[in-house]
Amino acid sequence: MASETPMEDAIRTKVTEALSPSRLEIFNDSHKHAHHKPMQGSRSGETHFRVVITSEAFRSKMQPARHRLVYGLLRDEMAADGGIHALQLRTITPEEEERQKVKDEAEKA
Amino acid sequence: MFSRPLFLASLRQAARPVARQAVLRPAPFLTAFQQRLLSDHTKQAIEKAVSSAPVVLFMKGTPETPQCGFSRASIQILSLQGVNPTKFAAFNVLEDDELRSGIKEFSDWPTIPQLYLDKEFVGGCDILVSMHQDGSLAKMLEEKGVLTPLGDSAAE
Repeated sequence: MASETPMEDAIRTKVTEALSPSRLEIFNDSHKHAHHKPMQGSRSGETHFRVVITSEAFRSKMQPARHRLVYGLLRDEMAADGGIHALQLRTITPEEEERQKVKDEAEKA
Repeated sequence: MFSRPLFLASLRQAARPVARQAVLRPAPFLTAFQQRLLSDHTKQAIEKAVSSAPVVLFMKGTPETPQCGFSRASIQILSLQGVNPTKFAAFNVLEDDELRSGIKEFSDWPTIPQLYLDKEFVGGCDILVSMHQDGSLAKMLEEKGVLTPLGDSAAE
């Protein structure tokens, strides 16, 4: 049976295989952008994604390099007609995630 | 050299005294393959655009009327940071297909907006947002001297 969410599946599979993330969250925000002019005629429902990736693979890489790494994995999906139109990325290492957690809790306290 | 006015229509606020000679060398992150795909003409035009001001944003729409939420957010951040308008140029990729596809190859970056600072690629919207939040964007813009000078009354 064909998947209902081929793009999301592709993101999950490719990111998991290449980056072994300790955390991978994929949010499909396409419905928020369905009224955009460039989206007229698109029925895929999988055009706008927000992806949070925590991975050791990002260590000692600056943010642009991290994003390029992910863009590279999804090159075909982004280039395809009716493919991924926008991809919001949050790319951090486990250490940075931990630091952020401590900071968030300090702010809450 | 530029027989047709590529980008001129989309160039805003770029009639600045930045007539210094652009150094025409490929950015280090361009692979040989990408350089081959990008025509010399497009590449030179983009290099000229990137050098047209210290802060350059390639965006969808114009700073006054952005055509995409990510471009809008980027403009808002630059304005919140107090980037000096005389040191800023924005290019509307929607007005020029050659620019739209060329800039993606040039930067090896598949999405718009894209920010350049002193001819160096900084990142897209997500990177701008996170740099804005963690203070590194303010530091970088300050160091590059591209912020509007504070008036006496606003000085600390």
